[in-house]
Amino acid sequence: MRKEGKKRRKRKEEKKRVVVSNLPFEGWSPKENPNQQYRGNQIKTSKYTILSFIPKNVFEQLHRFANFYFVGIVILNFIPVVSAFQPGVSVIPVCVILAVTAIKDAWEDFRRYTSDKVINNQECFIYSRREQSFVQKRWKDVRVGDFVQMQCNEVIPADILLLFSSDPSGICHLETANLDGETNLKQRCVVKGFSQQEGQFQPEHFHNTVVCEKPNNHLNKFKGYMEHPDQTRTGFGSESLLLRGCTIRNTEVAVGIVIYTGHETKAMLNNSGPRYKRSKIERRMNTDIFFCIGILFLMCLCGAIGHSLWNQTFKEHPPFDVPDANGNFLPPALGGFYMFLTMIILLQVLIPISLYVSIELVKLGQVFFLHNDLDLYDEESDLPIQCRALNITEDLGQIQYIFSDKTGTLTENKMVFRRCTIMGREYCHQENAKRLETLKEVDSDSEEWTQYQCLSFPARWAQRPATMRSQGGTQPLRRSQSARVPIQGHSRQRSVGRCESSQPPVAFSSSIEKDVTPDKNLLTKVREAAQWLETLSDAKPAKPSQSTSSSTADFFLALAICNSVMVSTTTEPRQRVTIPPSTKALGTSLEKIQQLFQRLKLMSLSQSFSSTAPSDTDLGESLGANGPTTDSDEKDDTSVCSGDYSTDGGYRSSTWDQGDILGSGSGASLEEVVLEAPDLGLAKPELCYEAESPDEAALVHAAHAYSFTLVSRTPEQVTVRLPQGICLTFDLLFTLGFDSVRKRMSVVVRHPLTREIIVYTKGADSVIMDLLEDPGCVTDADLQKKMKKIQARTQKHLDLYARDGLRTLCIAKKVISEEDFRRWANFRHQAEASLDNRDDLLMETAQHLENQLTLLGATGIEDRLQEGVPDTIAALREAGIQLWVLTGDKQETAVNIAYSCRLLSQMDTVYSINTESQETCESILNCALEEVKQLHQLQKPDCKLFGFRLPSETPSTTSGAAVPDAGLVIDGKTLNVIFQGKLEKKFLELTQYCRSVLCCRSTPLQKSMIVKLVRDKLSVMTLSIGDGANDVSMIQAADIGIGISGQEGMQAVMSSDFAISRFKHLKKLLLVHGHWCYSRLARMVVYFFYKNVCYVNLLFWYQFFCGFSGSTMIDYWQMIFFNLFFTSLPPIIFGILDKDISAETLLALPELYKNGQNSECYNLSTFWISMMDAFYQSLICFFIPYLTYKGSDIDVFTFGTPINTISLTTILLHQAMEMKTWTFIHGLVLLGSFLMYFVVSLLYNAICVTCNSPANPYWVMENQLSDPTFYLVCILTPVVALLPRYFFLSVQGTYGKSLISKAEKIDKLPVDKRNLEIQSWRNKKRPAPVTEVAQSAHHPAPPVPQQDFRTSTPKSSSPHKRKHVEDWMLHGQRGSRECRREDPCLGGPSAKLSSGQHLLEPNRTLVPGAYSRGQNDVRQPLSRGSHRRSQSSLTI
Amino acid sequence: MTWSAAARGLHQPDNTAFTQQRLPAWQPLLSAGIALPLFFCAGLAFLGLGLGLYYSSNAIQELEHDYTGDAGAGSCAACAAQGQGRAPPPPCSCAWHFTLPELFPGPVYLYYELTGFYQNNRRYGVSRDDAQLSGLPGALRRPANECAPYQFSGGLPVAPCGAVANSLFNDTFSLWHQRRPGAPYVEVPLDRAAIAWWTDYHVKFRNPPLVNGSLALAFRGTAPPPNWRRPVYELSPDPNNTGFVNQDFVVWMRTAALPTFRKLYARIRQGNYSAGLPSGAYRVDIAYNYPVRAFGGHKLLVFSNISWMGGKNPFLGIAYLVVGSLCIVVGFVMLAVYIRFQDQDDDDNDDE
Repeated sequence: MRKEGKKRRKRKEEKKRVVVSNLPFEGWSPKENPNQQYRGNQIKTSKYTILSFIPKNVFEQLHRFANFYFVGIVILNFIPVVSAFQPGVSVIPVCVILAVTAIKDAWEDFRRYTSDKVINNQECFIYSRREQSFVQKRWKDVRVGDFVQMQCNEVIPADILLLFSSDPSGICHLETANLDGETNLKQRCVVKGFSQQEGQFQPEHFHNTVVCEKPNNHLNKFKGYMEHPDQTRTGFGSESLLLRGCTIRNTEVAVGIVIYTGHETKAMLNNSGPRYKRSKIERRMNTDIFFCIGILFLMCLCGAIGHSLWNQTFKEHPPFDVPDANGNFLPPALGGFYMFLTMIILLQVLIPISLYVSIELVKLGQVFFLHNDLDLYDEESDLPIQCRALNITEDLGQIQYIFSDKTGTLTENKMVFRRCTIMGREYCHQENAKRLETLKEVDSDSEEWTQYQCLSFPARWAQRPATMRSQGGTQPLRRSQSARVPIQGHSRQRSVGRCESSQPPVAFSSSIEKDVTPDKNLLTKVREAAQWLETLSDAKPAKPSQSTSSSTADFFLALAICNSVMVSTTTEPRQRVTIPPSTKALGTSLEKIQQLFQRLKLMSLSQSFSSTAPSDTDLGESLGANGPTTDSDEKDDTSVCSGDYSTDGGYRSSTWDQGDILGSGSGASLEEVVLEAPDLGLAKPELCYEAESPDEAALVHAAHAYSFTLVSRTPEQVTVRLPQGICLTFDLLFTLGFDSVRKRMSVVVRHPLTREIIVYTKGADSVIMDLLEDPGCVTDADLQKKMKKIQARTQKHLDLYARDGLRTLCIAKKVISEEDFRRWANFRHQAEASLDNRDDLLMETAQHLENQLTLLGATGIEDRLQEGVPDTIAALREAGIQLWVLTGDKQETAVNIAYSCRLLSQMDTVYSINTESQETCESILNCALEEVKQLHQLQKPDCKLFGFRLPSETPSTTSGAAVPDAGLVIDGKTLNVIFQGKLEKKFLELTQYCRSVLCCRSTPLQKSMIVKLVRDKLSVMTLSIGDGANDVSMIQAADIGIGISGQEGMQAVMSSDFAISRFKHLKKLLLVHGHWCYSRLARMVVYFFYKNVCYVNLLFWYQFFCGFSGSTMIDYWQMIFFNLFFTSLPPIIFGILDKDISAETLLALPELYKNGQNSECYNLSTFWISMMDAFYQSLICFFIPYLTYKGSDIDVFTFGTPINTISLTTILLHQAMEMKTWTFIHGLVLLGSFLMYFVVSLLYNAICVTCNSPANPYWVMENQLSDPTFYLVCILTPVVALLPRYFFLSVQGTYGKSLISKAEKIDKLPVDKRNLEIQSWRNKKRPAPVTEVAQSAHHPAPPVPQQDFRTSTPKSSSPHKRKHVEDWMLHGQRGSRECRREDPCLGGPSAKLSSGQHLLEPNRTLVPGAYSRGQNDVRQPLSRGSHRRSQSSLTI
Repeated sequence: MTWSAAARGLHQPDNTAFTQQRLPAWQPLLSAGIALPLFFCAGLAFLGLGLGLYYSSNAIQELEHDYTGDAGAGSCAACAAQGQGRAPPPPCSCAWHFTLPELFPGPVYLYYELTGFYQNNRRYGVSRDDAQLSGLPGALRRPANECAPYQFSGGLPVAPCGAVANSLFNDTFSLWHQRRPGAPYVEVPLDRAAIAWWTDYHVKFRNPPLVNGSLALAFRGTAPPPNWRRPVYELSPDPNNTGFVNQDFVVWMRTAALPTFRKLYARIRQGNYSAGLPSGAYRVDIAYNYPVRAFGGHKLLVFSNISWMGGKNPFLGIAYLVVGSLCIVVGFVMLAVYIRFQDQDDDDNDDE
């Protein structure tokens, strides 16, 4: 036994998995197979089996405290001395509640089971030795070590190591949409050594052993090696692993050996179902339940004491005091104790157990409506909102802080090439900018068309391949979209890079991304460059030229080559263009191309230089004409867009390509070119670029605009079509992929003409600028100077781009010698083959290559704001929500985006803190805090009569628009300082005065730390929204995590509670659904407490008249029915359907959201008010019948029946008063409950003669119904019971000052009048809407550059030699004015610092300038931008 | 939730009024304007109802007498003193004399009333076996456990079992009328039939099947409850009123809801007395058996007539009157609120 355990442990400790082929063991007993220890491919996501369901489910349910309590009560009831009811009967409520939950669980589990079954029974081909071929089997039969053959568009059944691909280069394409939502095709390549197989793969010849990692959940990490029979090893990584759930694309056949199966596949290990969070209401509820327990305890104590006192009033035992079975009487104390327990049983309903079940049902209903909201549905991606967490819907209505990512969340993550700088010269692409403006309108127009398209093809959309995994434990959200491709390819003119998931062809990018109108100046340069390229073709050794033309050519070559963009055609079937058609057509090698090149050169030379030539289609000219051509194209498109687009999916590229080719073709009389042209035209009517990141696609499209067209890409070769129309095929020697650590990527190519080995690198400016060749090393003085100049100017342009909110990338190149490269390549191969420590080694090798680069230029790419972002932010802000933006981007970019989405307004005082020193950070925080406080006090001195000079005015988190607005910009380094230096408190205090906070350059960890800090320290409800993997930690840290299903994969979505497809959906999600869910659930919970207390108290009052003996006047069955059937449905319906205010009003008046933020529907006071009301109502409901029947011959149940009826009526009417909206469902349910009570009671009282021993209410109901007193009591009592509440509600309805009651009134008005009211309300709230209008221009106008944003950078090397740089920017007149006035005060906290004086000195001098600028602002509030960046920097 | 939608293929939600939460709805907004007429209407209706109830309740006459026999209170004091501390108390009888100056309109109901008797005590109330009382032979031999300690007596099953049956009220009354002073007392016929609920007497309570036509044989092998002097089948000589279906027994077994309760003893509606009790002197002969002084209870005799709404019940009428006037007061308050609001609303509009 122990030995075995040891063995097992040993096996566990082994970090490797060894897999061998199953074939030699086919037909053997399973024990002989070395792979048999691994689990099969059958998946089982269901929790239960038919047999295990009941015990397992009951066991699980008993883990919940509530059910535990209930069962405890039942057990108590089985003790005869304390039992209040018949033990058997008392089990029923528990059973019903457990059963309801169990049915729900069973239903969910059954769905899992059926979907598992579908998945397990999907078919695949496994090699069988007996059959000598691949035979069809089911997924569940796949075992580790099997050989599986997959065909195009098949879903992969398990994690498979790729051993064979029909592609001659051993490549297999993969779509991972099912896994991570990314639809761009991924390449997987055959394990090295298997790629040179001819024709067919022979599984029987496979005798190797595969050694790899234990199953883990890293989708992109996998390594292992294959041991050949001769003991040699070949390494492989995730590039050879086909993941379960992915789809094979563009590859006819692929064969591999199964490595991981079933639950051990990476996809399954990654699947962690829905999460369970506890909502704020539930937390609140739990404390209230403790209150209820307190009340229960008091009442039971009351009963116990009462009982023993009552017992003592009798000198001898009266006839109605019944001794126990042996004729003994209990001593009063013990009797009292037993009575205590009995009372617990009797009053158990006080703890609303059914509340938990009801809440679950209500939340299901709410999620249903959330899911079905058309406004939260994104047509482009065909995605409704996804609710991954089912139990925190109401938290959506209580959010106080939103933390948002920037890229992809606020912005589209749809990259548009805007500007570039080449060799220090800037090309601003103004035409392009203009075009983008006009395109916006086209976009909005075309939306309708898209919609129409969607609707017109429902049948085709519905027909999905059977192979799709309908549920896929792995990926519930996305299905493969192959079936949709044809339609979308044609219908979608405005495809959305953003939503790759829905739309497979990433590269069918929108026209915005695809088209770049070339800059005229640059075009001329390109023309020159083209000429220069021609000179190259003389096969002369390349000049060491630094000429601009060569650099321009290099720049565009780099744009076209240095990426991982795949090229494919849009026509169906999607075929990857891997072989350059020209090569194919001519059956050629490099020499042939060169020949062609030569001849073409002659040709084009003769033509392009003779401008008088009749066939005026020389390349330069045609290129020059491109600008206007596109423009006219554009116009055409806008006018006839739908027709054009629908016939030609890839419209623009195709016209361009053909135009180019035909242009050159017709111009060129050379046969080769003519031959080639139609070939090209036919083979690729258009090219589609499938990029991993939108930046890459944008760059490739930009290069394409300048006729450097990426034509094909294989692992070995890249072909680029040059402006001349000829194709240049580069041997791809190496690709160093992009990673977030290096922040760059490189390709190593051999130039086909010069045979040079060139490294093209592109990456973040900060990284590339450090890797540049040091100008100091260059001997040539001229060159040195030139390089310095280029670098400086490029840097300047980069800063300019950043300030415009553009994303910047630097492009650089390097030429290395053959020998160097060979050495490096060896090094690299060693690194790749090593199993341990490989990542470090790879990183090191990459660094060896990427250095001493020559700067070519930089690009500025615009990330456009998402539609409706400023509007949404304004609304959320008005709703009292604080919005923080946490981004990894540069400060300048972030600040710009913040301005453009109106997160910061022009009038705001913006503090930005960038420092690395704790002391300065503290002093800056102090100063800023001091100043903001002053500002606040000045702003509202009349609000607070005595608060004028009060040092600490409590900052209100929901400060309205009237408060002067401050913004805070802080960077990651400073955040680090704050976290390490225990400055969190000050920081938070400052942020509470700030309307918006911007954290730039923050790491994912910092993001989550900030969220946690705010959440815990301020104890507020937080929401995080993001779209990328870097937001995951933040999403998980917040109370509600929202993922945007965007371009950056599915990781954010997978970790989120709700997934939406656009930021603007947040508005309706929070303001409408959040409000509804909150107010519905909160009011339902309050009602539930009320209901139970009200009903239970009836029993309690009766105890005063039955000697505290625990008897009830209502038959127990009727009590059970009362809670289970007669009063359970209305609150649930209420919780699902009630609408206090219509969606339109909620959207129009975001302020109403504060209702939920302040927990106005359910807080301590509402709880206690409803408790009081419940007490009052139960008093009335008991004592009116009591007084009526007092002294009559009424018997117990006859007395109880009117009380039961009355309380039912009261409770239902109370519900009716709470309901704000009555639909027929509400009416039906209420009426139905009421009628059901009578029907059930009548039936029960008529049938049950002896059934419910010992006593039963036979014929009581019938008797009562024939008694007029019954009706009189039943009319009077509910009226008295509800009179106060009704009165109060009517007064509130008339007189109510609360936002909600006002809004309700507005809501009742007819539409036009309502709009008027809303308008006037909004005007009242915001006295100066003029500024709002002024700012509403959505696009950030380029700010007038007054001061260089980075003034601090050069100054940091100033004589002071200070390490830290603090920028303390003040803008807005108010802030600066204050600053001057309160100088001494500012000096206070920082005076102790040695640098304190320095810190303040320049500030003081600076102020007047800022002040006068501020004065200008006052006079010209509309002169946008002029005062925008009146920031002042100060340096110590 | 999400998965089902995904499996449907097309992700677009249905555009129906229900799923988009646009169902046609009525939005009642409670406000003074709506509440005002409601309050006044309800107030007036309640006042009217209350007046009617009040007068009809006032028209009901009641005559009650406490015959518990507190020291120095009538002839029953002796009986009370005699039975003090003796269980079971010895048979004793006493009388209550009263005079009616005028006709006590009929139909007259004779109740006995007990106070401080907690028939609703839980352990008392459940100490019975409805199955036995419904005549099931099995239940007769095996009374329910709830009956303990009156379940078995000397090894024999108790019939009827339980504390309720054991404590059966066993005072009896007879009414005598003296038309003129000095004239002999004439017994007033008391209608003791149909004093229990029809369903109780005919359905719920049934004797066990007769054995050889004899009820006594049917009950053979059972013991009477300890406090009883006679077995259950000898409760009355009338075969239709003995055993479990004895009217007095059935009435007693319908346990009272409150510690002070009345139970119907008889109706007076026969012969000369169908119109009520004529004026004259009356005497009630009381067989004083039932001890109540041990628990401080009282025994009363009540003559009452009834109206359409049952017995005398001034509360309901008063309650209706009070609530009705309250509604009207609230209505006026509401009116004030409404008028002020209107003014204020105008002010608001002026502001705008």
